[in-house]
Amino acid sequence: MTELPASTTRKMGLVIDLDTCVGCHACVISCKGWNTENYGAPLSDQDPYGADPSGTFLNRVHSYEVQPDQGAAQLIHFPKSCLHCEDAPCVTVCPTGASYKRTEDGIVLVNESDCIGCGLCAWACPYGARELDQAEGVMKKCTLCVDRIYNENLPEEDRVPACVRTCPAGARHFGDFADPESNVSQLTAARGGIDLMPELGTRPVNKYLPPRPKDQLEGQIDILAPLLAPVVEEPTGFLGWLDRTLGRL
Amino acid sequence: MNQPRIDTSPKVSDEIRKTTCYMCACRCGINVHMKDGKVAYIEGNRDHPVNKGVLCAKGSAGIMQVNAPSRLRAPLKRVGPRGSGQFEEISWDEALEIATGWLAPIRATNPEKLAFFTGRDQSQSFTSYWAQSFGTPNYAAHGGFCSVNMATAGIYTMGGAFWEFGQPDWEHTKLFLLFGVAEDHDSNPIKMGLGKLKAKGARVIGINPIRTGYNAVADDWIGITPGSDGLFILSLVHVLMKAGKIDLDYLARYTNAPVLVNCDPASAEHGLFLRDGDGKPLVIDRDTGQLAPFDRKGLRPDLGGTLTRDGITHRPVFHLMADRYLAPEYAPEAVAERCGITAARIRAVAGEIARVAFDEAFELPLEWTDFRGETHKTMKGRPVSFHSMRGISAHANGFQTCRALHVLQILLGTVEVPGGFRFKPPYPKPAEAHPKPHVGVNPGQPLNGPHLGFVHGPADLALKDDGSPARIDKAFSWENPMSSHGLMHMVISNAHAGDPYRIDTLFLYMANMSWNSSMNTSGVMKMLTDQDAEGNYVIPRIIYSDAYSSEMVAYADLILPDTTYLERHDCISLLDRPISEADAAADAIRWPVIEPDRDVRGFQSVLCELGARLNLPQFTNADGSQKFADYADYIVNHERRPGVGPLSGWRTPGETGSGKGRGGVNPDQLDEYIANGGFWTRHIPEASGYYKPWNMAYQDWAVETGLYDKPLPYLFQLYVEPLRRFQLAAEGHGERQPPDHLRARIGEQLDPLPIWYDTAPATGDFPVHALTQRPMAMYHSWGSQNAWLRQLHGRNPLYVPSKLMRQHGLSDGDWARVTSPHGAIVVPVMEMAALNENTVWTWNAIGKRKGAWALEPDAPEATRGFLLNHLIHELLPEKGDGQRWANSDPVTGQAAWFDLRVRIEKVAAPSESQPAWPPIASPVGQGPKELKWESGK
Repeated sequence: MTELPASTTRKMGLVIDLDTCVGCHACVISCKGWNTENYGAPLSDQDPYGADPSGTFLNRVHSYEVQPDQGAAQLIHFPKSCLHCEDAPCVTVCPTGASYKRTEDGIVLVNESDCIGCGLCAWACPYGARELDQAEGVMKKCTLCVDRIYNENLPEEDRVPACVRTCPAGARHFGDFADPESNVSQLTAARGGIDLMPELGTRPVNKYLPPRPKDQLEGQIDILAPLLAPVVEEPTGFLGWLDRTLGRL
Repeated sequence: MNQPRIDTSPKVSDEIRKTTCYMCACRCGINVHMKDGKVAYIEGNRDHPVNKGVLCAKGSAGIMQVNAPSRLRAPLKRVGPRGSGQFEEISWDEALEIATGWLAPIRATNPEKLAFFTGRDQSQSFTSYWAQSFGTPNYAAHGGFCSVNMATAGIYTMGGAFWEFGQPDWEHTKLFLLFGVAEDHDSNPIKMGLGKLKAKGARVIGINPIRTGYNAVADDWIGITPGSDGLFILSLVHVLMKAGKIDLDYLARYTNAPVLVNCDPASAEHGLFLRDGDGKPLVIDRDTGQLAPFDRKGLRPDLGGTLTRDGITHRPVFHLMADRYLAPEYAPEAVAERCGITAARIRAVAGEIARVAFDEAFELPLEWTDFRGETHKTMKGRPVSFHSMRGISAHANGFQTCRALHVLQILLGTVEVPGGFRFKPPYPKPAEAHPKPHVGVNPGQPLNGPHLGFVHGPADLALKDDGSPARIDKAFSWENPMSSHGLMHMVISNAHAGDPYRIDTLFLYMANMSWNSSMNTSGVMKMLTDQDAEGNYVIPRIIYSDAYSSEMVAYADLILPDTTYLERHDCISLLDRPISEADAAADAIRWPVIEPDRDVRGFQSVLCELGARLNLPQFTNADGSQKFADYADYIVNHERRPGVGPLSGWRTPGETGSGKGRGGVNPDQLDEYIANGGFWTRHIPEASGYYKPWNMAYQDWAVETGLYDKPLPYLFQLYVEPLRRFQLAAEGHGERQPPDHLRARIGEQLDPLPIWYDTAPATGDFPVHALTQRPMAMYHSWGSQNAWLRQLHGRNPLYVPSKLMRQHGLSDGDWARVTSPHGAIVVPVMEMAALNENTVWTWNAIGKRKGAWALEPDAPEATRGFLLNHLIHELLPEKGDGQRWANSDPVTGQAAWFDLRVRIEKVAAPSESQPAWPPIASPVGQGPKELKWESGK
């Protein structure tokens, strides 16, 4: 049993905008590339050119179809990685203390040298956000690019997680949720950001911005219809209208 | 609490090398992080004009492409039968000797016996130059089976189209409509643009039978029935025109709406423009009521006036448009059923367009002077923009549909204005400013001019003296007169049939023609291996260059192995398909950030040497020695015109130019590019950034930059007169006459104003539309060899709408037989609700031939993956008129992939997808069982 800090100075995390994510997987592969080269063991791939390729990823995008009561079905792209929960069950379940939540910024990390690969944390995580690397036998998870965000070898503007830096649609935002003035706090407030499965009591730091209502245009036809009133009733009258209108130009 | 101490500032890499991505055709700038001389990590280049730092999944996975086991290792000579994949490695010297031995006699006797087609080539201005120097008329790249309808319709209509030609004004647009987009075209810029629009709450409307990707985030999704986009667009035109929601001032000033058209059906010039002695189209001046050439200083063209002269009535184009588009056949109620969109929804979309274009019009305080000498204090903006690609163009009505979309934008006055669609240099550029096609063949001599171009009437067609097509692909023939990108998809079948003639050597680059890049894939494999009575191959010799062990490798006799994109020089040239933005001209390079660890060479460098071995004049010095040592040498030292070369940056100021685009050769040019991050930009002055076709400050800037040789102001062509010239010929006018069987079709379909005709009614035995898309994380067949990307998209079920799933008793994981008029496949299915109810689809090019791409034979791509290509033939079934018409657009010849209709039925699960092909031998073996990749360790 590993203890969580009573509180953290900052609460670093992500806002993921489900209204904007086009499901392109840019974040997935950028994460794979950075974290293969950086913190901890590389992210391995088993059977990479064979029948059942299966590798370690710290971030994946799932797609779900939603059928609203009215109107057409919708497709939601849902990127998922560790939510760096304030009440992280993956930490408290760890028998060796390898899983921990940092006191200074709330990032949940695995100390790979203490990890015995027992998998209890992956079992305890309700979000499926941890993956056991099959080559190394250690648990891998999102580090929020802890080796980027403070990295003095990177230009200041690049001190963000790899997934945020690469996201083409700008659907991923990084910041400090402990600061109500931060970009992520403001976005969450403005767009009604939500916790993932709040009923579990994990208090995730990462927030999701819900998709805006879709397929609303037809409902505005009362406003739009007057714009489409014909200028003349008969097609033959159109050239008369044209002449009158040109006279006013 | 004790926390481990971790290093939060580790060294990132030894060095960053900045070059250009080639994981798809977007050409983003990348930072390649190097460790111990190896590629360690790839990220987007923040300074780059295309991607501004972001990078897609493909780009970030480039490292796995560079390390892919499928990379070819050395030149190969076929030793088994074609298609077997049995090769022996040979030296480059032997390979080039073989190639020279085949090609030199062809050049000396009849250069047309070489067909050189270059697939997804990003060096077309170079490869076409080589082919021109060789002297064959038979050259093109892959545009004919990609999106030539969009490009050609755009250039004839307004001097540019989408993607490389232009982009929405993301900063100002408030309503964005996407039609049938291919999500790997301009992909990062579109995603970035969508993100900007979302951030400011602009509305995005997606018109696409399938609600994935961009359409999934669109505020409104119009799940249109495939092939009916043109009808939907013309219905929008009908509603907007009827409501007067069109920009009459813009139409009068900047388009040919006021140009007078001969309306006498008895005249040999019926439908042609009234012109003055200099050939300039004439309009009526509103101030004087007199005729005037369209560009006269101070002119106010009249949209409404008509003229009767010598008994012939001339009416303005705008009158003809009113006659056509106000007709009830385009009313929403009339088109709703065919489009699969309710009339109310069509009106709602039209209403929103009208609201934003007119009620939210705005002005930017930018003063500018137009080509008639009038100075405008401000620039009027209309914040509606459009984007589209292959979805609407890959139909046999695609040219006219793309025209309709461009005409809609122009009627709204939203092209080249703030908030609308903006061109990217070297566009705008009207069709007249492009070359015409050339097919003048002489033994031992270069071709008499560039292969591809824009025709303006029957006189420009590429025909032999006997009237037969001069090109093997029949481009620029009566079957498809405006085939500006050629017809790569017809080359193999025509060469096999000896129609219009036989060839000797087929030379291909980067085109997987024996698999996902051909219609009728099974048939093409047979054509490539077919032998005559004497046991000779019907297509005698095939040379192929590719970097990877693609399916096509097995079908060639000689393989010239290319490098990966990080091991080569390239130029992304303004002479070719540039990377400019609306505010800047830009070009870029690739350079070898790593050296190949195999015996491979960049294909363009190989052409430099092969050109010299063949004594091609443009590739040989006077003393017979090789002129360009390699492609880098060509990029720096070649000049297409004085002061204009493949790269516009860092040219030497002097007699031929200021060095800002134009100028002399600079031997240090590539070093300058590398020092600048691999690219060059020249910004357009702010007051030149809109209204570019008519803005004299822009025109002068374009001349200085080397984009034009003189200012080229022109009118947008709502009415495309060259189309009318072909119709006139079909009506019997003029010397060059089409074959009789084509007259009716030319008359109906080469209409100078956009029309819609039905090419894909899903009825009778084939009631379901079938489409493909490419996933955003995979480009054509390249992605499947990539260990990271194939974990995202290793499987491609047939996505079936809920209604059809129920109708056929299907559940996820079941298998279905999918039958078209041409063939049948048996494939796994999966339900999708967010889909047009009569459309099935799958991801393109996931399916693989066993043995290709260094995948193991039981890879899911080979056992459960499939291609719809097997269901699509180059020719349509006979329709009772004795003809088998090409499955192509009648204007451009674009492959009509998306006209496919099928029926589906549930079948017992087979052991693998059908048809199943025997494995081909892999010339590169297979990949490792585990990857534990880390550079510098």
